[in-house]
Amino acid sequence: MAETFTFSLDGGKISAHPGQSIMEAADAAGVYIPRLCDTEGLKPQGSCRVCVVKMNGRTVAACTQPAKADSVVESETPEILGYRRDLVRMLFHEGNHLCPICEASGRCELQAMAYRLGITQSTKYPYLQPVRPVDASHPDIVLDTNRCILCGRCIRASRDIDGKNVFEYVGRGIHKKVGVNGDNLADTNVSIDDRAIHLDICPVGCIIQKGRGFFTPIGKRQFDLAPIGGEEKGHEE
Amino acid sequence: MAKTRVIEIDPLTRVEGHGKVTIHLDEDNNVDEARLHIVEFRGFERFILGRLYWEVPVIVQRLCGICPVSHHLAASKAMDMIIGADKLTPTAEKMRRLMHYGQIMQSNVLHFFHLSSPDLLFGLGDDVSRRNIFGVIQENPDLAMKGIRMRKFGQQVIEATAGKRIHGTSAVPGGINKNLSIAERDPLLGDVDQMLAWAQEAVEIAQDYTLGHLPHVTRFATFNSNHMSLVRGDGALDLYHGWLRAIDAGGNIIFDQVDYRDFNDYLMEEVRSWSYMKFPFIKRRGNLDGWYRVGPLSRMNTAGFIDTPLADDAHQAFRQLTNGLPNQMSLAYHWARMIEVLHCVEKIKSLLHDPDLQGEELMVRGERREEGIGVIEAPRGTLFHHYRVDENDQVTFCNLIVSTTNNNEAMNRAVSRVAREQLSGQARITEPMLNQIEVAVRAYDPCLSCATHALGQMPLLVEVYDAEGTLVDRKSREG
Repeated sequence: MAETFTFSLDGGKISAHPGQSIMEAADAAGVYIPRLCDTEGLKPQGSCRVCVVKMNGRTVAACTQPAKADSVVESETPEILGYRRDLVRMLFHEGNHLCPICEASGRCELQAMAYRLGITQSTKYPYLQPVRPVDASHPDIVLDTNRCILCGRCIRASRDIDGKNVFEYVGRGIHKKVGVNGDNLADTNVSIDDRAIHLDICPVGCIIQKGRGFFTPIGKRQFDLAPIGGEEKGHEE
Repeated sequence: MAKTRVIEIDPLTRVEGHGKVTIHLDEDNNVDEARLHIVEFRGFERFILGRLYWEVPVIVQRLCGICPVSHHLAASKAMDMIIGADKLTPTAEKMRRLMHYGQIMQSNVLHFFHLSSPDLLFGLGDDVSRRNIFGVIQENPDLAMKGIRMRKFGQQVIEATAGKRIHGTSAVPGGINKNLSIAERDPLLGDVDQMLAWAQEAVEIAQDYTLGHLPHVTRFATFNSNHMSLVRGDGALDLYHGWLRAIDAGGNIIFDQVDYRDFNDYLMEEVRSWSYMKFPFIKRRGNLDGWYRVGPLSRMNTAGFIDTPLADDAHQAFRQLTNGLPNQMSLAYHWARMIEVLHCVEKIKSLLHDPDLQGEELMVRGERREEGIGVIEAPRGTLFHHYRVDENDQVTFCNLIVSTTNNNEAMNRAVSRVAREQLSGQARITEPMLNQIEVAVRAYDPCLSCATHALGQMPLLVEVYDAEGTLVDRKSREG
């Protein structure tokens, strides 16, 4: 059995194996740390920063930071919650996240995270309102990057699980977006059966399976049944 | 050159959206012309382009917070056509019908009790601060509470069938995404008999008002027109699906049993420079004689009968008032509206006992088409949704002819008629005149916003212009 050590997370004692990230150890102990770009089965990349925690007073991404013996990790503090709210708000302002008309509503991790963090109204940031063409060229799949939060989950799933490299980041800085390995989706070898296209990979409504929108009734959607991160109630802002 | 003066009423109140009335006077201060301007532009038909067809029923219902279900269902019917779902499963069709009856019920009740009953109860000369639902609650709490609880029941039906009371998502191309569980059904069944009794009372109230004020009702904004609606194959009232029927002022058929997918062969829309709302008319009659009315009054005029017994009795009484000829009284819309509420409650009761609503077969598909047309009888009248969708499933064309648009010419006529009666010989806007113009518009529609696909409350602005085009009076009231 591998050697284990412990660290403190919001005052509780968490066991970890060497090489485990803070998030992996917390997950194993049943303690949820909010996240968007990380999901089970994909290699973490630490890009969304929603899993920000403080380890021994330094802010780190819990999904990529290895756990350290006897360290003191803070997650659910007012300061950290404030960071997370700002990060999530900025994602809403960067894209066109029109929940009332989006078929991902109710299963959207961005929406669910906003509810968890108590974000219920528009904020101080300007809306960038991107106008990117919707790629509906594929018979089964649509890519609407106006809703993309650049989590890279589709990129990693396509590369690491499907072995296809259908998706990749293109552009830099504020112009960065997800592109496809071809003129459009129809020009790639993507398939509806790819792991990258599975509904649990895209956390928002950017990758859509054609003709299945709104098939799940209100009340039975993923986050109607249980809030993101388990039963914990949303924080008041 | 003849000189005219113009009076404007802006904003209109207890109506959703923004409206403006301008009244143009001649040199003798008689009304030359009155126009109802719909001054907003919302542009749903444009920004829906490029979106995916299955999103449309959810997007377009945002046109309106009062009748979202009507847009949701009209768009769903159009999208049924796109995916070749020519016959829905019994569960899907009946769930949609139940949702629609809940919608008509709550919207008609809102229209009558919340928005129009203050005018009928307190009279047009009463203090404007009292002529609202709160005034009704103070004066007649029993009546107000019945109205509020009936509307609530209609919304509960919508919630059980659509997932939410406002802006649900259950109708999808080819069917419905849920059935009605027993747990959802039983509370509705528990209340439905009470609703039936209150709906009968509501018909009596509207009928008594009409018959008790006959000299006023037959004079106020009464004018001959054509009427149009969907009717069932056998001529019965059908609010969800059917064939187009149009009659003239004498009750003669202009067209009948028209497949609504061919509506473009029978109807045209005229654009006038001073309004964002178009003016539809029956092609073969031309724009001068071909305009028509839609909505509860027209449906009572076009339908041969109603297939629920209590509403059918009420319908016969309604038709007797005009000896079987079309009723042309704008204020009779309210009576017709309550007959529809009664019909809806009867239908809801019948459907709640139907085991098909617990069925599991919810969706069908067929051969894909590029064009989809969905038509439904919305609370205010016939509602047309017309789309084209390309091979990538993206919308390339959208045209919506909403109920208010269909009634555009009629509302202008109603306003003109009231203005002539109230204003001629004077250039000032009086409070009763302002009220009566609002009452005329409100008889048709409290929802001008969806007609231009605009958002917000509907304050009324009235302006009077003299013969030289100079503004001589202006009154506005916030919505």
